[in-house]
Amino acid sequence: MCTVCGCTKGTPSTKGAKAHDAESHERYDAHVQDDCDRHYAHPHGDQGPQRSNHAGDSHSRHRRSAHQKAHGVQALLSGGAGPAGLKVAGVSRERVIQIERDILGKNNGIAADNRALFVADDLLVFNLLSSPGAGKTTLLVRAVSELKRSRPVGVIEGDQQTSNDAERIRAAGVPAIQINTGNGCHLDAAMIGEAYRRLPLLTGGILFIENVGNLICPAAFDLGEACKIVVLSITEGEDKPLKYPDMFAASSLMVINKIDLAPLLEFDFGKTIEYARRVNPKIDVLVVSARTGEGFGALYAWIDRQAGHQRRAVEDTRR
Amino acid sequence: MHEMAICLGIIQIVEEEVRHRSFSRVRSVCLEMGALSHAAPEAIRFCFALVARRTVAEGAVLNIVELPGVAWCMSCSKSVEIARRGECCPCCGSYQLQETAGEQMRVKELEID
Repeated sequence: MCTVCGCTKGTPSTKGAKAHDAESHERYDAHVQDDCDRHYAHPHGDQGPQRSNHAGDSHSRHRRSAHQKAHGVQALLSGGAGPAGLKVAGVSRERVIQIERDILGKNNGIAADNRALFVADDLLVFNLLSSPGAGKTTLLVRAVSELKRSRPVGVIEGDQQTSNDAERIRAAGVPAIQINTGNGCHLDAAMIGEAYRRLPLLTGGILFIENVGNLICPAAFDLGEACKIVVLSITEGEDKPLKYPDMFAASSLMVINKIDLAPLLEFDFGKTIEYARRVNPKIDVLVVSARTGEGFGALYAWIDRQAGHQRRAVEDTRR
Repeated sequence: MHEMAICLGIIQIVEEEVRHRSFSRVRSVCLEMGALSHAAPEAIRFCFALVARRTVAEGAVLNIVELPGVAWCMSCSKSVEIARRGECCPCCGSYQLQETAGEQMRVKELEID
């Protein structure tokens, strides 16, 4: 199925979309020719966020595609091919080289490119994280149904298998791309760059990324988002922030979901918030019910404040 | 199991060095990992041996230098060591801690021939 409009000409994964007839989606005719696998080898190296300045206003989608192609995929080298003339029997050529490189440098370089592109497109991007079943998709369906009235909204969905979540988002009238990670436990920045090029332009709007349901792995990977939002449902217990502190430390906002179930459960909101602030003293907290809509007004107000922060940051850098 | 993805990152770095420096084999890889990084050293060791197969780093010894987590305690206004997130300040018991070091995951050096 097409990953953009839900028609039946492709397959659920972004990888399959390259086989899709592009005639009905003129905007995608460049990327359908791309090799979807090459982004795993996108060799930005260890330059870090400062590397991102080339992804500014002039870094259009098509130019970016050419830029990524230019990097290419290098084949693995096999052992045994030392420099000519240096191999002397009985003489050790062992040596130690200092390289000092950040292991996540490649991902972080691509994330910085994504971030620069999102800012250039005047787009606010949130990365939603939680354990499976916390209610991210239900929360998103309600949020995008209401937010789309005032601005463009899009969603990138990440799951190991199925396009169920993207179909739920599309049914709400919002474009969605499904990324199937197969055996992967998280989304990375290259996947997001690839998926973003398949979405319609969302200038001035909001892009939600729903990460793979997993409270551990996604915390390590910057996708280029403005903020990470962790969703915790009250059926999971109060001590999740202490059990999985990395996720709560990386997030700007904790949304406590399913508060409509509070009369049925013994759930201590104060303790949960205290635990979250032990690992992240600055984390914001909102309580909502994605089923009834309770608390969503405050969530939209929080989103508007983030939009204001991003706008001011962009204005400051242009001065 | 994001440690597998992290180990792929290590191998990519090693292979980029191969292209620049022309060596045939890596005898050992030295990593620096902070206590507050998002990976467990024992999981990295397990995954590295798998990911290094059929590369120049096959059979290489993995040495991991573990570095402490460091945070600024806002209550007692000093820098303190912490072993993991969610711990209190060892001096005053406050949880008002701002991490300042210990998130790094770096390939520090390679022993090659």
